[in-house]
Amino acid sequence: MTTLTAATRTKVLQRQGAAVALTVMVVVSWLTFPRFGSLDNLRDLALQGSFLAVIALGMTFVIITGGIDLSVGSLYALGGVLAAWGSQHGFLTALLLPLVVCGGIGLINGLLIARTNMAPFIVTLASLLFARGLLLAITDEGANTYQVAPDSAFVELGRGTVAGFGYPIFIAAALCVLGGAILNRTGFGQNVFATGGAEQSAILMGVPVARTKVLVYTMSGTLAGLAGALTAAYLQSGVTVIGVGTELDAIAVVVIGGTLLTGGMGTVLGTVIGVGLIKVIQNVINQIGTLDSNYQSVVSGVFLLIVVVLQRILRR
Amino acid sequence: MPTDPVIEVAGVTKTFAGVRALDDVDLTLHRGEIHALVGENGAGKSTLIKVLTGIHTPDGGRIRRNGRISTIYQEVNLVPLMSVAANLFLGREPRNRIGLIDRARRDAEAAELLKSYGITADVSSPLGTLAVGEQQMVALARAVEADADVVIMDEPTSSLEPREVETLLEVVHKLHEAGIAIIYVSHRMDELYRICDTVTVLRDGKNVHSGPLRELPRIELVSLMLGRSVNEIQKHGTTAFGEDHHADTRPVLEARNLTSRPRINGVDVTIRPGEVVGLAGLLGSGRTETAKAIIGALPLDDGTVLVAGTPVPRNVKAATRAGISMLAEDRKTEGIIPNLSVRENIVLAALPRLSRFGVTSRKKQDRIVDTFVKRLRIKVSSPEQKVAELSGGNQQKVLLARWLCTEPRILLLDEPTRGIDVGAKAEVQALIDELAREGLAVMLISSELDELLDGADRLVVLRDGAVAGELEGAQLTREHVLAAIAAEVMDDADSR
Repeated sequence: MTTLTAATRTKVLQRQGAAVALTVMVVVSWLTFPRFGSLDNLRDLALQGSFLAVIALGMTFVIITGGIDLSVGSLYALGGVLAAWGSQHGFLTALLLPLVVCGGIGLINGLLIARTNMAPFIVTLASLLFARGLLLAITDEGANTYQVAPDSAFVELGRGTVAGFGYPIFIAAALCVLGGAILNRTGFGQNVFATGGAEQSAILMGVPVARTKVLVYTMSGTLAGLAGALTAAYLQSGVTVIGVGTELDAIAVVVIGGTLLTGGMGTVLGTVIGVGLIKVIQNVINQIGTLDSNYQSVVSGVFLLIVVVLQRILRR
Repeated sequence: MPTDPVIEVAGVTKTFAGVRALDDVDLTLHRGEIHALVGENGAGKSTLIKVLTGIHTPDGGRIRRNGRISTIYQEVNLVPLMSVAANLFLGREPRNRIGLIDRARRDAEAAELLKSYGITADVSSPLGTLAVGEQQMVALARAVEADADVVIMDEPTSSLEPREVETLLEVVHKLHEAGIAIIYVSHRMDELYRICDTVTVLRDGKNVHSGPLRELPRIELVSLMLGRSVNEIQKHGTTAFGEDHHADTRPVLEARNLTSRPRINGVDVTIRPGEVVGLAGLLGSGRTETAKAIIGALPLDDGTVLVAGTPVPRNVKAATRAGISMLAEDRKTEGIIPNLSVRENIVLAALPRLSRFGVTSRKKQDRIVDTFVKRLRIKVSSPEQKVAELSGGNQQKVLLARWLCTEPRILLLDEPTRGIDVGAKAEVQALIDELAREGLAVMLISSELDELLDGADRLVVLRDGAVAGELEGAQLTREHVLAAIAAEVMDDADSR
């Protein structure tokens, strides 16, 4: 077995690296764009980030087990549509329907991956297509957009605020704190690390590897459904065109946050920082105004590449 | 013994795809007993362990377990990216009042516990930062602390340095005193006779001997394992190397002043055709690095490699073209491609030679493969068999064949007999001998001193990345090598 001093260095540099980049970005933006530091803008930034953070939280667990979940973008959109449809039948239906359906698809992902040893990439690619197809079918290819009644309690979930900060921000924050505690302070969290760190060893050490995998994909699906529900509540409708490529954004922020794409190492805090970084970049490019908004992806892509190259170099 | 046995195996049989892996095997283990389990690879040791630990269900026979069994394996089966403490307590972490893992207590308990195993490393650092020996010790501590009544150790010392072996054997002794029963699997006779009370010898899935170990002469034990007569073994010695070779006088390989700080520093090695030069030294003394430097796989600060007097550019391709081939230490990660067939694995390195305009002649491939399978006595059902299905010894022979079919002039062998069974080991050693006799220049790296002393015509002893001495002829004795390896670690070496 090789020594891992380099990996330790990587860990420190990656985590601090993303944090440093975020700090620098925030400070520079604050100084350059007067509107950046305004409370309105910060609230908006946090709200925009909260939906992605919820999805990326699930993805963090999946990637630490050494897997990948490509279905979350579609599940995110499906969750939104189901929530909007369900809002006709009351708050609980609106909230629980997307959680149950998307969680169920996540569970199937997990079972297929854990029990049949199929590649997570293929299994979740299949559910990406499946969920997107289901979504188009129940909305008549997107012609039928379900609305959420503006005065319903469910809208409050997405649009309600405390001191101007939207509820989704608090929900995402609470989930991330909870996620961090689960990852670092529970037996399940240790199993997640062990599964991704050395699967065969984990099996020999008595770690329930299959169960751990089933759980992380179920979690990932459920959280994607929840993010969809929150988005629907916020937008007051089940928008069918969202979530295309969101799975890639989620993977990007997780990796930028220092989680090893090969599994076994990662943090929720890193993912949150990754979300922050991406959203600040997006925000700044919007502020510049003259710059095509497509440059958001260009800059995010460059960041991701730098991180992955660093991971590679520092692991030697 | 008066106590109830903790494990009692009677008439156990296990068949895989029509092959009898275990055939009517008996084994009894009492509290505090250290029981050696020996046999060649494929004799059924692993299967027996898996049956004992419940991974396999036997087809017939009876097993009675009277306690918890923990197993530690040849390769450290822990998670390198997780902290030492997390590995140690995975699955039974100390909890705080609300049921969350109490990390402070976990780390404190881990540090305390590991101290008794001679490990003082930072328990919050990733396990992978520890030396392999320390990792093995953590695995052992984990196995024992899981309240095991029986600990099965599958070649625990195969990747350890002598000093680490000492610590491990001390710990084993402590366990024995604490009444824990141990099944100890090893190929190393010294260790077995030092610590084991009883022995079970398996051959071809059958239990060919059970009884007290000390009453069994070594030579007898080896003959039981191999199924050959004692006379035959005595005639050939314990290793299968023949006489020294009459080497040509002009060196075919001259490596001068190889330096790649901090691993190696000014190493000189020359090898003549027909000569086997051994590289001796402790783990980390720069043996593998020297070989890698010669084949151009290690970036050098300084140094030159000459083949037949001509300098070789510093890259693997050029070195290979100049006639240098290397059999890497780690078969699994640096050599074998498990899912390819024996044929594909063998011709891999020779493909450029066998191809014309990128198209390979299958006929030529088959001819070459056939030649080597026969010549190296590789046991395969067909050349199309997957390499993963072969035993360790046969895998090693496939790799050897791969490099031989590139028709090298210089062959660098890094631990060619590690982890393969006694019979295959003898065959590989005999092959090395044969190749040298045919005029190949061979560099042999081995942790087993006997293998070096018997196999090499000349020994280059490395210490801390530099040449500590060169031994030849009458100097080729254990004492001389140990003296050269290090004055300051001489005490350790002597006590072995």
